Amino acid sequence: MTLSELPRNTPAVVVGVQDVSAGDPIAVRLRELGFVAGEPVRVTAHGPAGREPLLVQIGYTRFALRRAEAARVSVKLAEARA
Amino acid sequence: MTAQSLRIALVGNPNCGKTALFNRLTGSRQKVANYAGVTVERKEGRFAAPSGRHIQVLDLPGAYSLAATSPDEAVTRDVCLGRFEGEARPDLLVCVVDATNLRLHLRFVLELQRLGLPMVLALNMCDAAERRGIRIDVAKLQAGLGLPVVQTVAVRRGGAEALVKQLDGQLPPLPAPLPEGSDLHAEVSRLLSAAVSVPERTARIDDAIDRVVLHPVFGLALLAVLMFTIFQAVFSWAAPLMDSIDAGAAWLGAAAGEAMPEGLLKSLLVDGIIAGLGGVIIFLPQILILFLFILLLEESGYLPRAAFLLDRMMVGAGLTGRSFIPLLSSFACAIPGIMAARTIQDPRDRLATILVAPLMTCSARLPVYALLIAAFIPQQDVGIFNLQGLVLFALYAAGILSALVVAYVMKWTRRDHSEHSLLLELPSYRLPNPADIAIGLWERAGIFLKRVGTIILALTILLWFLSTFPAPPPGATGAAIDYSLAGTIGKWMQPLFDPIGFNWQICIALIPGLAAREVAVGALATVYALSATGEDPSGSLIPIIADQWTLATALSLLAWYVYAPQCLATLATIRREGGGWRTVGIAAGYLFGLAYLASLVTYQVTLALTGG
Repeated sequence: MTLSELPRNTPAVVVGVQDVSAGDPIAVRLRELGFVAGEPVRVTAHGPAGREPLLVQIGYTRFALRRAEAARVSVKLAEARA
Repeated sequence: MTAQSLRIALVGNPNCGKTALFNRLTGSRQKVANYAGVTVERKEGRFAAPSGRHIQVLDLPGAYSLAATSPDEAVTRDVCLGRFEGEARPDLLVCVVDATNLRLHLRFVLELQRLGLPMVLALNMCDAAERRGIRIDVAKLQAGLGLPVVQTVAVRRGGAEALVKQLDGQLPPLPAPLPEGSDLHAEVSRLLSAAVSVPERTARIDDAIDRVVLHPVFGLALLAVLMFTIFQAVFSWAAPLMDSIDAGAAWLGAAAGEAMPEGLLKSLLVDGIIAGLGGVIIFLPQILILFLFILLLEESGYLPRAAFLLDRMMVGAGLTGRSFIPLLSSFACAIPGIMAARTIQDPRDRLATILVAPLMTCSARLPVYALLIAAFIPQQDVGIFNLQGLVLFALYAAGILSALVVAYVMKWTRRDHSEHSLLLELPSYRLPNPADIAIGLWERAGIFLKRVGTIILALTILLWFLSTFPAPPPGATGAAIDYSLAGTIGKWMQPLFDPIGFNWQICIALIPGLAAREVAVGALATVYALSATGEDPSGSLIPIIADQWTLATALSLLAWYVYAPQCLATLATIRREGGGWRTVGIAAGYLFGLAYLASLVTYQVTLALTGG
């Protein structure tokens, strides 16, 4: 599933970031910001209109992402672990 | 480089506290300018280390990576690489990282290690890390990175001592870069697991505040209340200060008038310089209050939250949540606003933001609004609000609504409909540091007073000259200005502006207003001081225009100033930032068109309603 589909406050782990075009700069930046395989990730809030943008917690940082950006990030649910 | 001097650059991610550290190191010994050719703000300062070594500090724009995605990041990359023309490569980089956000910030440090420059790592905000129970083993981190690591607390007195001591000693050896193609994230994870222990990933207080601030209903309500409070404060808090400046200018004018003999020199000083400049300096309190709020919101970390809340709406109008910060700054002045647009990566969003930024009511327009509101809108309460404050709010709102409409139109005329990106970091909340706020305000006041002392002074004198010469013929009965060059120009312009209700005095004032909007008020003061035939030529402007203008004219001028394109400095900035005369032409053309149209409608409708 992708980060844009992840329900709010559900712990998940990044699987990877897909380029939507060759050398997709948004995908490159997402990886630089820490969206890399194995990182715990969580959606903590939505914008007030149209559930956009998403507030995403990655590493120790919060980023606001639009749906199209979050859709590049594939995630899997975190195993039940403390 | 001599042993006695050192050029260093502060580099780091956005929100790492770099500028606070810069302020801590250099105090008020700073110079703010632009990088050659681009309007990215260049901050440089200097200080002397205990050994007497002079250290020159460059505060580079925040960047996430050397793979730049904005003009800001490109400057940082080029300066670090020594590729920026006219900018010497620094001798040493001070990499500033937020100790509470090492996972993100250390990756950039590893990238910078490849540059082949001596580096020092400043572990900033150590106090915040300590409060959150984050334990960092500095010795291990230093060994792992192969760099000297110092702890700093930029907001605390003496919080940069360890860094200064490090800079005062020998230059550290060049760091050994990681092999090409190595996984920087994996390396960061290894460093963190070896040297850092973090009990919790986020600060609980941030989560708690965000639950309210980012709430779909409470969050938006809070934003609206904040904005409204700011505008009310700009009007009501500043009043006593403005009154005293006004009284001071009047006293100075009277004193100078008495001390000097009758003649041209006295006229230049009293009617020209004191009346003209006094009419502008009076707005310093309002400008400072507005900037105070902007700085507080910026320092506390609230501004990106506002961008988050407004993003969807602004996308609907063809902008981006990131436009919020440039547009908010434009309320102070469109120039820093347009410059702040450089943080918008998408060139289309950037252009749209730049083009509508002049519609945000800048503080230079405030003098005109304040004058007209004081003269024509009665001082009375409407419910809990003040009518004058409400009119001011309506003028600001008109600018904002127009900006949304203009951006929307631009969105539909654009052919390229591919994706726009947001990718905005929401930093931890921070208590603003009074010293940093004070330095920020000091800079703004300096910029404003410098304008008053240079361009506005020059124009005031020029205007006095135009309004004084040629002198009226002997035996003339009208005011002297009627016969002057300015009077001739104003009367020549008047047919064009007659349909929107501007008299020739306003037409004259519009000319110097081209250079700086606030000059229009000084110009009116000069024009009316000179055209007054009575005994008190330096009499206050407000009763004069309240007496001589109709309400329709006043409202029409207010409407004009919502759009007024006449600010050459803004147009010059747009040219540099937006790339070319075509953009300038579009901006000037559409603003002038809207200004004329709005004034025409306002004037004719008011005239019809008031039965004039």
